[in-house]
Amino acid sequence: MSDPTAPLVLEARGLAKCYGHVTALDGTDFEVRAGEIMAVIGDNGAGKSSLIKALSGALIPDGGEIWLDGARVHFTGPSDARRAGIETVYQDLALAPAMSITENLFLGREHRRPGIAGSLLRVLDRQRMEREAAEHLQQLGIGIRSITQAVETLSGGQRQGIAVARSAAFARHVVILDEPTAALGVKESSMVLDLITRVRDRGLSVILISHNMPHVFALADRIHIQRLGRRAALVNTRDVSMADAVAVMTGAVEWPAALQTNAV
Amino acid sequence: MRIPALLRLPPRRLLALAFPWFVACSPKGDEKPVIGLITKTASNPFFVKMKEGAEQAAAAQGATLIAAAGRSDGDNAGQVTAIENLMAAGAKAILISASDSKAIVPAIKKARDAGILVIALDSPTDPVDATDALFATDNYKAGQLIGQYAKARLGATPAKIATLDLIPGHPTGAQRHNGFLSGFGLPSYEKTRNELAQPPEVVCMTDAMGDQAKGQTAMENCLQAHPDINVVYTVNEPSAAGAFNALKNAGKEKGVLIVSVDGSCRGVQNVVDGALTATAQQYPLRMAELGVEAAMTFIKTATKASGYVDTGVQLIAKDTVAGVASLGAEKALGLCWGDK
Amino acid sequence: MIVRRLAYAGPLVALLLACTFFALQSPRFLTGANLSLVLQQVMVVGVLAIGQTLVILTGGIDLACGMIMALGSITMSLLAVKHGWHPAVAIAGGMSVTTLAGMVNGLLVTRIKLPPFIVTLGTMNIAFAVTQLVSRAQTFTDLPPLLTWLGHGVRMGNTPIAYGALAMLLLYGFAFVLLRETAAGRHVYAVGNNLESARLAGINTNRLLLSVYMLSGLCAGVAALLSIARTGVGDPQSGQTENLDTVTAVVLGGTSLFGGRGIVVGSLVGALIVGVFRNGLTLMGVSSVYQILVTGVLVILAVATDQWSRKS
Repeated sequence: MSDPTAPLVLEARGLAKCYGHVTALDGTDFEVRAGEIMAVIGDNGAGKSSLIKALSGALIPDGGEIWLDGARVHFTGPSDARRAGIETVYQDLALAPAMSITENLFLGREHRRPGIAGSLLRVLDRQRMEREAAEHLQQLGIGIRSITQAVETLSGGQRQGIAVARSAAFARHVVILDEPTAALGVKESSMVLDLITRVRDRGLSVILISHNMPHVFALADRIHIQRLGRRAALVNTRDVSMADAVAVMTGAVEWPAALQTNAV
Repeated sequence: MRIPALLRLPPRRLLALAFPWFVACSPKGDEKPVIGLITKTASNPFFVKMKEGAEQAAAAQGATLIAAAGRSDGDNAGQVTAIENLMAAGAKAILISASDSKAIVPAIKKARDAGILVIALDSPTDPVDATDALFATDNYKAGQLIGQYAKARLGATPAKIATLDLIPGHPTGAQRHNGFLSGFGLPSYEKTRNELAQPPEVVCMTDAMGDQAKGQTAMENCLQAHPDINVVYTVNEPSAAGAFNALKNAGKEKGVLIVSVDGSCRGVQNVVDGALTATAQQYPLRMAELGVEAAMTFIKTATKASGYVDTGVQLIAKDTVAGVASLGAEKALGLCWGDK
Repeated sequence: MIVRRLAYAGPLVALLLACTFFALQSPRFLTGANLSLVLQQVMVVGVLAIGQTLVILTGGIDLACGMIMALGSITMSLLAVKHGWHPAVAIAGGMSVTTLAGMVNGLLVTRIKLPPFIVTLGTMNIAFAVTQLVSRAQTFTDLPPLLTWLGHGVRMGNTPIAYGALAMLLLYGFAFVLLRETAAGRHVYAVGNNLESARLAGINTNRLLLSVYMLSGLCAGVAALLSIARTGVGDPQSGQTENLDTVTAVVLGGTSLFGGRGIVVGSLVGALIVGVFRNGLTLMGVSSVYQILVTGVLVILAVATDQWSRKS
């Protein structure tokens, strides 16, 4: 369980985004503390994915502010956010199937050999990458027989594990996971959920977007309920029942302001 | 190359090309008559030469020539489109070198039914009477000429022949190949057969598609199999040039006879240089001139040309041999494809 | 995993089997002179196939490479013969033209987002037409010696080895290391595996694709020089079947037409398979129609193996 006094790592205020006549974000707020798992739930069209895209730099909001670690940031693309220490695991776009686990972990951030071979000839340092990949996967408790095997030879859960491990390896502040268990069976899901907990335990903040209420309630410290482009509620998971959360999400009830957590 | 001819058309004709229904509104009489020329491709030097000849003849006779071509040898659809466009442009006569002798026939019939004179140049249609007339090289005879010459040069030495042919089933390729064997005095097929005869003296028979690089590769492989080849028949001069390269690289260019068909400037030059022993020259310029003349006669007097006109073929060789008439290569230099 | 390995080793096994078969059929096949000849015969398609492999690995296809090669060879001979430029400058000029043509392909694919099949179908026609126009459909002869230098070679005992064939092997070695040992090389695979995930992983996919098409153009330039060296002329009619010949070589070599899988050296093996069958069947006195037949069967086998290995 996270520390309720931990400082806010990522914070957004009044984010707005319109696509023609459609309002995707209508001045939504957002926050996540250090070392916390924040679930984002919401009906289809509530603005969940627009919110996540704004936070991961894939979308430039029309208005509002984003603060990271106490400083105002402006992301103009996914690589901006990544450089700032926010890693995102996209639902279906995570990995290159025919490439090895190591190559996937280091894709776009390869280590080069020391000396002339690396700087001038740009030769990869395969051994170093394989060593670091093996260490990293072991730390996260992902059991893989060989880190040189192609990702397509892995099960769905193992693949999702590699994707999460990659983001955890490079994130300095926040890991955003978009429906990480959507395509997985029960056993594989629980493996990925364990992994997410371990990522949080390493001190990273996790933003978890999911439709799966049992998974959200098993994992999240707090829940951000998105509705009609705004934050309808921000609650401590232990203060709310699954039925109440769904009711707020669908607009059946308003959440009493008194029960909101200490949102700023 | 097609564009300048189009630009010379009066605007109304151009409009008719783009929108065929405008043709009905076009007044007649005061404009130059239009003659169409459809070749197999726009890039093959043989057809480039043919087009030049037709353009000159048309200009001299006060007619406008519109040239069109298929995309590649064998592109029937492109030639059908060209016929339709020429009809729309008001052509009175169409000269065509058909890529596909059978498939083009219905389109030609449509043109002839509309009162247009259609003359086949270089390649016959199947049946031959699908066009009003045919002005062409006798490819079988061309083959026979180089066959006779090669046999006379070789004398009593047993022949070991390589043939670099066109593509399977192509009538021109078959006629030249079978004509060559017949001229050489070997058992061969008749003129109308589309398959290639292979008597035992032909030790290596392979398709090189009339291409220089492919001809070289084919000849190299033939030489590997039979280093003692002494006669090389090639379907055209680029493949002969390839064969010569292969022989030269193997150090065998001296003892081997290479014969071919075409008589292009480069081919005749190769005969002078000794890279080609003999070639049977054909006359695309004459085909074009005769075609344009026949078209003008039809336009002026409504008399239609008919039947087959052999546009001639002439053996060109550096060295003469007894019993086979040939033109000296030096003399033929200025006469490539009949160009003066 | 085993199936994947098989897909990579398969072409080599097929090549060795074919060689064994022809060696048993004809005593002339397994001689140094004959094998060196086959190597020379495949050098043009072989070099073009390097560029084609790069493009196909990214999930694209280059239908224009053969015609761009013809344009390159005509540019080189035109500059050297007609305009009297120094042969070295003429070669550089030809290669610049082909690389530029590759750049046009790359820009159309990355900036206008057109499918590579359509883009290169278009530029194939444009390159053909420009070649015919600038050459006036005439073949260039009497080229300066430097242009045909790659056609000469050294003799090792009884076996002549053309510089051109050595240049091809060198380029394959270079491409192999580039694809295997550098980040850019691995990114070629990543783009072919999943363009969007590669972009999200921070790879500049547009720049990468542009470089790949430009490299294919450069390969066409080298192939143009090799083609000149081999035939001794600048031929505007050349390059008309090379685009599909290279695709055949790439596919026979075990590279997937869907992109992201394959090894560049396989394409050399693929080109050699075609060359060995052409040579061996001629040695046996078999009609060249059968060579076409065999190539067709092998292409289908190769693609079927690829499909099969992807499913399991």
